[in-house]
Amino acid sequence: MSDTVSGLLTIAVLVAALAAAHVPLGSWMARVFTDARHWRVERLVYRLCRVDPSSEQRWSTYAVAVLGFSVVGVVLLFTLIALQGVLPFARGATMNLDTALNTAVSFVTNTNWQSYAGESGTSPLVQTLGLTVQNFVSPAVGLAVAVALVRGLARSSGAEIGNFWVDLVRGTVRVLLPLAVVGAVVLLLGGVIQNLASPTEVTTLSGGSQVIQGGLVASQEAVKELGTNGGGYFNANSAHPFENPTAFTNLVEIFLLLVIPFSLPRTYGILVGDRRQGWTVLGFMATLWGLMVAAVTWAEVSAASGPLGGLEGKEVRFGVWPSALFAASTTGTSTGAVNSMHESYSALGGGGALFSILLGEVSPGGVGSGLYGALLLAVLTVFIAGLMVGRTPELLGKQVGRREITLVALALLVMPSLVLVFTGIGMVAPLVSSQMLASGPHGLTEVMYAYASAANNNGSAFAGFSADTPYTNLTLALCMFLGRFVPIVLVLALAGSLVAQRRRPVNAGTLPTHTPTFAGLFVGVAIIVAGLTFFPALALGPLAEALS
Amino acid sequence: MRLVNTVIRQSVAGLRAMLVLTVLLGVLYPAVVWGVGQVVARDQAAGSPVSFGGKVVGSSLLGQQWQGDEWFHGRPSASDYAGDTSGGTNLGPGADLDAEVSTRAAAAGLDPSTAPADALTASGSGLDPHITPAYAAAQVERVAAARGLDVGQVRSLVVSQTQDRSVGFLGQPRVDVLELNVALARLTAPSAG
Repeated sequence: MSDTVSGLLTIAVLVAALAAAHVPLGSWMARVFTDARHWRVERLVYRLCRVDPSSEQRWSTYAVAVLGFSVVGVVLLFTLIALQGVLPFARGATMNLDTALNTAVSFVTNTNWQSYAGESGTSPLVQTLGLTVQNFVSPAVGLAVAVALVRGLARSSGAEIGNFWVDLVRGTVRVLLPLAVVGAVVLLLGGVIQNLASPTEVTTLSGGSQVIQGGLVASQEAVKELGTNGGGYFNANSAHPFENPTAFTNLVEIFLLLVIPFSLPRTYGILVGDRRQGWTVLGFMATLWGLMVAAVTWAEVSAASGPLGGLEGKEVRFGVWPSALFAASTTGTSTGAVNSMHESYSALGGGGALFSILLGEVSPGGVGSGLYGALLLAVLTVFIAGLMVGRTPELLGKQVGRREITLVALALLVMPSLVLVFTGIGMVAPLVSSQMLASGPHGLTEVMYAYASAANNNGSAFAGFSADTPYTNLTLALCMFLGRFVPIVLVLALAGSLVAQRRRPVNAGTLPTHTPTFAGLFVGVAIIVAGLTFFPALALGPLAEALS
Repeated sequence: MRLVNTVIRQSVAGLRAMLVLTVLLGVLYPAVVWGVGQVVARDQAAGSPVSFGGKVVGSSLLGQQWQGDEWFHGRPSASDYAGDTSGGTNLGPGADLDAEVSTRAAAAGLDPSTAPADALTASGSGLDPHITPAYAAAQVERVAAARGLDVGQVRSLVVSQTQDRSVGFLGQPRVDVLELNVALARLTAPSAG
């Protein structure tokens, strides 16, 4: 069997598995967020947290709850990391305070950028009590915000958009936790480790020595992918054989990181009472994902015809096709796990991974954040379409007026501003250029990749960039925080503004948002917005490198 | 004032929620997965250790640094397979990588124009346990000569240690270097295994 047939079959099996899973999972999530009853364990959690699960919140209270929960998360995680040396299971792990702050913000914002190496920077206690927990709750926050926005569209003349605590707990207990348990057991059977051993040194057959790591890896790995987190237990992330031992676990991990984002359009369709709307969003996400998989695979397979086979930074057990598939999927979902080193990719392969991030994480995007990101672009699309044909722009009977389009535009401008401003500063600051591994266009791509990854909450890296300095740690942390929470607050404000409107009936003047024409325009808007914003920078980075 | 009250109330709820969820997700969840591993997948949970002569000599999932002509060698590694860290070189295509490849080829005594790609490139993990069947085949004569073994015997050992793509189509055909070398050591010292 040739590599091409094997690669295409792998993609076919993945697509079939996702197609089969998104129906029950999408329907299940719709039930989870509308169920009138609370599970017993959930009622226990609400009692311990002293929140009233039957009350609902306006958008402003919902936003305060999201921010309060997340800031508390940063403080607790930072404290845990700072104190790891005096806590049990320290095992010599240390982190500077600026690195610790970067890490805390990184895991709370669902970015999972890592300025540290897992083997030496984090104790098993931090990995399990800190990072694994944020790997659940940070995607649950994204899920809650997405559901709140959908309620804004689905409800008519209301004021409340749900209860954050109920959404958070249900997303965790009913969606992420059961799937993570199944995923962890499958990965464990496939060879991912799950033990409490300290690193042990063995003498090898040829008389050398090697350190063999331990750790509760399988439980963290499953939710790392499922929650589109991406922070590796080890420095090499999902390239490390203890995180991703075989081509089978590789496929499982790609499936896990795509399954919730690709199921959410169905949830959306059910919640707004029109499945066709869900199909449009799914078609939008799947088209962009398919384009990015094709582009990165084409670039890497072309590069593989050279004497090095495209294998620098890639594992033999995966080869080129599954590495490219992982790269396009992890950058398109805001996951940021890697099974091969993106910096060693060809100019266009690495550039494709970067562009996939710069699309704004909507192909299909992170858990929750992919859906609300796509819906922001959908509002922009109806606005542009409305201007073109002279109709009042509206989505699902909700008018897109000045307030709505202002919120959408601001939300969409946050990420490009952060990426371009901080990359620009990085290019002229001697401090940052001294941290680059490569020079010239590849060096620009390195720095731009870092800030794009942070501002989009992706977390993957052109890892030659030495990011562990106070300036970089703090600016990246700022990008991660603003890139996550400014859009979230604006999305919730949009939800509040939409929920207050009465849903208008469909009439002859309504632009239908479920047709292939609309879907085509929707995809076009996403590509044009990202293209126009970033083309000049990409021309100086990956494109210049590819042409030289 | 109402805003301040809301902020305080919601943040306190957030603190309580974090503590409760930490018990569920940071203690119970990993413990359950650990327990399942102890029952159904002890070997995998422990890191798939490989023993020789009654002693653990490595993990079948981790590549090692092999010294000497009598062993099959793995790929170049950014960390020399030390195991206390992991990762790749992060070198992109270009002059720096070309220079590095020349150094690797010279160190391994290979001709860079004909050597298999995996012999010249470092993996992403620095711990890649595998080489391609082509790189294993390229080492057969050297290993056979160093051990005074019949070339055909070593070649058939490589064939028997070659794993096909998983489930017939996933990933690449490959040879696990540690398992191959253990099989080789058993061949020469049948009593030791």
